[in-house]
Amino acid sequence: MSGLSIENISMRFDLPNGTAVQALQDVSLHLKEGELMSVLGPSGCGKTTLLNIVAGFLAPTEGKIVMNNHTVAGPNAERGMVFQQGALFEWMDVRENVSFGPRMKGQTEAEWGQHVDHLLDVTGLGDFKDKAIYELSGGMQQRVALARCLANDPDVILMDEPLGALDALTREKMQGLVLKLWKETGKTIILITHSVEEALLLGERLLVMAPRPGRIHKEYRLPFAEMGVGADLREVKKADGYAETREEILEMIWNMEEEIMGRAEEMA
Amino acid sequence: MTGILILLVYVAIFAISFLVVRFLVHKTTTDYTALKTVTFGDESAVKANRIASVVSVVTIFLIWGSFTGSSWVPGFVHAPGPFAGETSFVYTIETEDGQKDDATVFVRVADFGEETEKFEVDPGDGIAKNDAVGMPASRSTTIIFDKNDEVTRKDGAKVVAIDGVAIGAEGEIQTPAGRFTLTGKGAISFSPPKGLQMEPIWLPPPEAVVSRVVEIASEGYRDSTLAKHLGYSLFRVIAGFLFGALLGIPLGYAMGLSNWFRGWFEPIVEFMRPVPPLALIPLVIIWFGIGETGKIILLFLASLWIMAISARAGVSGVNISKVHAAYSLGASKYQIMRYVIVPNSLPEIFTGARVAMGVCWGTVVAAELVAATEGAGMMIMVASKFQLTDIVLMGIILIGVIGFGIDILMRKAENWLVPWKGRS
Repeated sequence: MSGLSIENISMRFDLPNGTAVQALQDVSLHLKEGELMSVLGPSGCGKTTLLNIVAGFLAPTEGKIVMNNHTVAGPNAERGMVFQQGALFEWMDVRENVSFGPRMKGQTEAEWGQHVDHLLDVTGLGDFKDKAIYELSGGMQQRVALARCLANDPDVILMDEPLGALDALTREKMQGLVLKLWKETGKTIILITHSVEEALLLGERLLVMAPRPGRIHKEYRLPFAEMGVGADLREVKKADGYAETREEILEMIWNMEEEIMGRAEEMA
Repeated sequence: MTGILILLVYVAIFAISFLVVRFLVHKTTTDYTALKTVTFGDESAVKANRIASVVSVVTIFLIWGSFTGSSWVPGFVHAPGPFAGETSFVYTIETEDGQKDDATVFVRVADFGEETEKFEVDPGDGIAKNDAVGMPASRSTTIIFDKNDEVTRKDGAKVVAIDGVAIGAEGEIQTPAGRFTLTGKGAISFSPPKGLQMEPIWLPPPEAVVSRVVEIASEGYRDSTLAKHLGYSLFRVIAGFLFGALLGIPLGYAMGLSNWFRGWFEPIVEFMRPVPPLALIPLVIIWFGIGETGKIILLFLASLWIMAISARAGVSGVNISKVHAAYSLGASKYQIMRYVIVPNSLPEIFTGARVAMGVCWGTVVAAELVAATEGAGMMIMVASKFQLTDIVLMGIILIGVIGFGIDILMRKAENWLVPWKGRS
């Protein structure tokens, strides 16, 4: 079975004060190769925990992740990760950052040079390859993170709010870039986001998660990501069904937040 | 008294130069900071005024020169010096039977740096005879006025007036020649005006310190030239620091990476860290003697804990996303160490190294003060025993300059090796 299977994942954190937090409860889903799934949900619904489990940084208390017919036991180059920020290596220049994965595999520059330079051009970093990381803007830094992940040629790319720290305009450009790279490379992508718009635009599949315990609330299959490839994303937002779906999801998350607030007040 | 005057002069120069610069020097810069209207409370808008720095340093040398009568500063800014040269006063004795007679005491006051001389004068006539006394400036001298008189204190004679001013037993009077007191046994104690200048034994003028530098640089002091003294101190610091870093950094990494190492070494490191290295000097001397081994071990101990803690902080400070990212990119544990943890900890290690070098430099001087046969600290310690204040001052200044130089070099190295520090 190819693709990525999340099978009955539960995650419980035991707190020092004796109580436990059920971060995830019986989450299952299967991603086919080349699928792009965005994950939405209010704070504390376990999105990031789920991503960390898929990446192999956390072992679930129950269930397992199966990928390429083996169970995930730890981080691996087959599952690349793009973080919100702060995960670049400041002591390396842009090109060294992007070529990190191939270099760690022991490849020579002759082997990775062309691929890395191509990725730098695709992500618009061609003129900045010798710059230090701290000389780049936030948007450029995220391009480096994206290129670095792609240079390693993973089967699955996990993105943890990769565009969360960017300004609106840069963010829109980066969303276009993510779609373009998705289509070009055919990678399986899981993207966690706080933005409903981003989830709609960048999700072939859109997963809405509910908190306490973290679980899958609803799943959508959407046409907007496909429409957005190479197109103007502002036009996509005018497409049929976009506004309605957005309202529906906003309402859903709003109700969840209300419920959390209500419960917090009851406890107080 | 002189101290208060110096403080007043210093404050006056501070205030006057501030006002002068404020009203005479106009801001010519038009950079961003110069255009800020809110500067009080905005730390980033506060920059050291370079004119103030120059005036500050000049002021220190000016006051130093002025109160030591330095030839580097023009005579009119010299503080009044002590009386030097020839003076004389007339004392009047009265014998038991009421006889009075005057005699003159001629005093030659030798200036700083000159020898006092003995000389003869015509004794004159009468029962009291003239005396001749040589003395150094800024001191007082006891004049046994009656050693050549016909009637002595043993015969009941006593001094009743000096320069016509009456003086009683153990009394004190002031005349234009200076201050006089009578000792318990009736001798005259004479102090010519002392002025406000420091004696070289307290504070030598700057040129004396410079000429000492030249002298010791070429001829040496205590069997070693200046370069050798300073070289020994520097060698000890560098050797001790290197050993400390060589063991401390791996120790810190181990504590940052392994539960067992952290558990094992934490009590030791946390206990040793607050122990001042100076407190270890006696023990190190008992164990290793006063030779090089003891000093290097002391400095090794001084830097070891600092380096271990900074390396551990460097490991703890690594953003976990960086480590996760590297694992996701397929890096092995060794590669994570080599390409992520070590470079990421370099800024912390450099901060630690700067602190450690500073502590080592202070500790080596202190250790040499206690016991050494060469070194900057030994030099000033021995010089102080012989009241060679100029060597003491020279040593202090050179120790300060070298400590400052070390820190500047460390900062340069830091900017060169870890340019990303504070910019991520």
